[in-house]
Amino acid sequence: MPEEKEKEQQKKTGISRRSFLKGVGTGAVATAVVPAVLVGTEKSAEAQMGDEMSRTKITLNINGEAREVEVEARTTLLSVLRDGFDTNGDRIDLTGAKPICERGECGGCTVQVDGKTAYSCIMLAMDAQEKQITTVEGLASEEGLHPVQEAFVQHDALMCGFCTPGFVVAAKSLLDENPSPSLEEIKVGLSGNTCRCGTYPFIFEAVKTASRKMGG
Amino acid sequence: MASWGEASESRLIGKRISRLSGADKVTGKAKYTFDINRPGMLYGRILRSEVAHAQITALNLSEAEALPGVKAVIPLTEPGKRIRYHGDEIAAVAAETAEIAADALKLIQVDYEELPFVVDVEEAMQEDAPQIREDWPGNQSKPGVREAGDLEAGFAQADVEVEATYHAAVQTHVCLETHGHVAEWDDDGNLTVWASTQAVFGTRRDFARHFNIPENKVRVITEHMGGGFGSKFGPGAEGRAVAELARKAGKPVKLMLTRAAEHLVSGNRPSMTQHVRAGATKAGKLIAYDLRGYGTGGFAGGAGFTGPYVYHVPNYRAEKFAVAINAGNARALRAPGHPQGAFAMDSLMDELADALGLDPLAFRRMNGDDNERRNRIRQQEYTIGAQEIGWHRRNAVPGSGEGPVKRGIGMGCGLWGGGGGGGTHVRVAIRPDGSVEAVTGTQDIGTGIRTVIAIIVAEEFGLQPEDIEVKVGDTAPELPSGGSGGSQTIGSVAPVIKTAAIAAKQKLFEKVAPQLQTTPEELRASDGKIYVASDRMKTVTWQQAAGQLGMETISEDGVWDEELRVGDVAGVQFVEVEVDTETGIVKPIKIVAVQDCGMVVNRLTTESQINGAVIMGLSYALFEDRIMDPQTGRQINANLEDYKVAGTMEIPEIVAIAYDTERKVTGIGEPPTIPTAGAIANAVHNALGVRIRELPITPDKVLKALAEQKA
Repeated sequence: MPEEKEKEQQKKTGISRRSFLKGVGTGAVATAVVPAVLVGTEKSAEAQMGDEMSRTKITLNINGEAREVEVEARTTLLSVLRDGFDTNGDRIDLTGAKPICERGECGGCTVQVDGKTAYSCIMLAMDAQEKQITTVEGLASEEGLHPVQEAFVQHDALMCGFCTPGFVVAAKSLLDENPSPSLEEIKVGLSGNTCRCGTYPFIFEAVKTASRKMGG
Repeated sequence: MASWGEASESRLIGKRISRLSGADKVTGKAKYTFDINRPGMLYGRILRSEVAHAQITALNLSEAEALPGVKAVIPLTEPGKRIRYHGDEIAAVAAETAEIAADALKLIQVDYEELPFVVDVEEAMQEDAPQIREDWPGNQSKPGVREAGDLEAGFAQADVEVEATYHAAVQTHVCLETHGHVAEWDDDGNLTVWASTQAVFGTRRDFARHFNIPENKVRVITEHMGGGFGSKFGPGAEGRAVAELARKAGKPVKLMLTRAAEHLVSGNRPSMTQHVRAGATKAGKLIAYDLRGYGTGGFAGGAGFTGPYVYHVPNYRAEKFAVAINAGNARALRAPGHPQGAFAMDSLMDELADALGLDPLAFRRMNGDDNERRNRIRQQEYTIGAQEIGWHRRNAVPGSGEGPVKRGIGMGCGLWGGGGGGGTHVRVAIRPDGSVEAVTGTQDIGTGIRTVIAIIVAEEFGLQPEDIEVKVGDTAPELPSGGSGGSQTIGSVAPVIKTAAIAAKQKLFEKVAPQLQTTPEELRASDGKIYVASDRMKTVTWQQAAGQLGMETISEDGVWDEELRVGDVAGVQFVEVEVDTETGIVKPIKIVAVQDCGMVVNRLTTESQINGAVIMGLSYALFEDRIMDPQTGRQINANLEDYKVAGTMEIPEIVAIAYDTERKVTGIGEPPTIPTAGAIANAVHNALGVRIRELPITPDKVLKALAEQKA
């Protein structure tokens, strides 16, 4: 290991954050409780910084295109899509999938992996190797919008539009599996996605229309 | 004086038109602030307090600065200063990746002495509670008092009285795109900011003031933005921090709040607790109303709410104040003050009607609104809504339904301003190639104003909405408009766009008239053509007409013509719910929203607005609650799984009736969220025969109320 890099590593692993923790719990208040979350933060910080040293080159198949990217073990698929560069130095720049809840709750980052919906914010990039990844940018063809996309526009199944890419991908996946869902099945099928503007009623209509258009 | 003309003459206005940005939004092409990636861009992140109240004793950034990949670190507080709540800003970093930025936060050394804190409103009002604001003795703001008539005389005339306490929890905005910016300085000291904001011009002013530079050295861009609901009107601490980081690092920086911070620091609807005593006469007149109420807007925010509300009461006194606690400050949230006030007022109206043995709708009809316009329209809305829900089906005796799952029907009301104001400048331009551009410094926050502008110009020019290139959300054209809040956008923008379009069309007609051997007054524009009114055979295409301009481009600003817009709107909602008396779960079945919309410009996006407002009201009524932990002073549900917002499974049938009341535009982003919670609470009472006076109406409260009823 080159000397400089070794020093760098020492510096990283030798870090003491004790003074940060010391300040907490020794204050004027009698309740000297150290919130558990702080302890957890320090531990996870050390684990993460150790991992940061190793970066691995992997190939991801995104919207039918092979992209070689360098990732850390902790790098999520979402972060590669939105913020990553390939090894040629080109930005991936697929920002359709959105970071909203950061923990696999809201569906804003939904993509298809081998035809199934996946929350890309909680999928590690490494786990997406050798799989077909389809993002919202990969749905439209040269002939035009996908019927789900067309129906979303027609029915105004979007307002601010931030959750829309996730809903569009989830709706496409739903129709892939169930070409003619009932209203209840649409609600269940899209229950992994959250919209704050409250576009749900028109999303349900859009999915019904798309289902009809696709021959469901 | 301009007018919108008759509905029968409108080709586009009032029809269902897909929004112009639709294709970009469904393909992922639409770029939000969160999606902006600039060459060499760094990622910013803020270290926030994990404790509720503390005094900073030391702050050391050097280890964070030394981490490879970190390009700038700035303090956001200093020794001697106080941390006032969980989430308060401590320092900010910019690094080459988001992951390194997160690592760097853990290397910032901050020492602090914890101070006693209070996060419960009732505890904050106790004598021994820690003082949060020096200027609020007992943590209470100076009460605001409104009164009218003679309260004692009013109660003396009352035949029935109701006394009750209503409570509503704190609601957070939950913007799906968190607050944030991308900031970039050039070598000449010009600052460009991509901002997730509801006000590009207000944000530009605030940045310019912060850095003490002329406004023309700052450009703010908001092409698309992922929800604001009243919470995004300026740079905030995070905006100032990202611009400072970018200056220090000499590189563009993106800093978007985390989901947790979004709950903690970026605003909320204050809580409300109100003790109210009210009286009515046998004849059905609300005669006396005495209210004392408060809420918390965090460590320094106000907590106003409406009351009395909607219904005229001749004798009243209302005393309201805010209570400081160690929590994030309130900001405007979709109809600030109204949904909580309406929930209490409409609950009270039902309780009074019950006491009088009157039908709640009949009782409301007898107690009109002071405002003539609203009162007239609301009376019509009562009829429309009652018929649509089947008001006659409600339980004449609340709680009399059979079986464990009981249904009930209730109603609520709201009012709003939304008429807009002057000050907007626009450019409606016709180029020699026939292309048309409409530019103004408003912003489309998801409401559909971009499409509304296109519809208005296309209607005037006889073109299609997609023929109009609409540019909003950018300060660079120097065409200021106000912030998109208070449902003021359409009332502020549409009249100016309309008069500008009229002026531009007039200019074009003047060019074309000689060729068609007529006067400009004789010309009309329709179906992509310009023709002579008395002889439709005398015609040129829009393109040919524009070709007459030679090298000239017609470019017109408009005027804010008050006659083109209206405020003071009324809305009513009727709700049918199903309540499972064994689980306590409340399930809305159908919600009918009748909303005074003045003149609907785009029926499709207007219905979207009504649906969305109703759903946010439903979510407020049944789910949303910022829960503070009294042991740690922290919000324990600062995420999207424990802070519940309505999802697909909770959506009932919604009948959105965009009621055209007159040929004037008005804003309806906020008003339809006001009546929902009160209507749901009243429907729950009608189903169960017991009243729940506390939002959100969660299963535990339902079961507790049922148990108390049995006991």
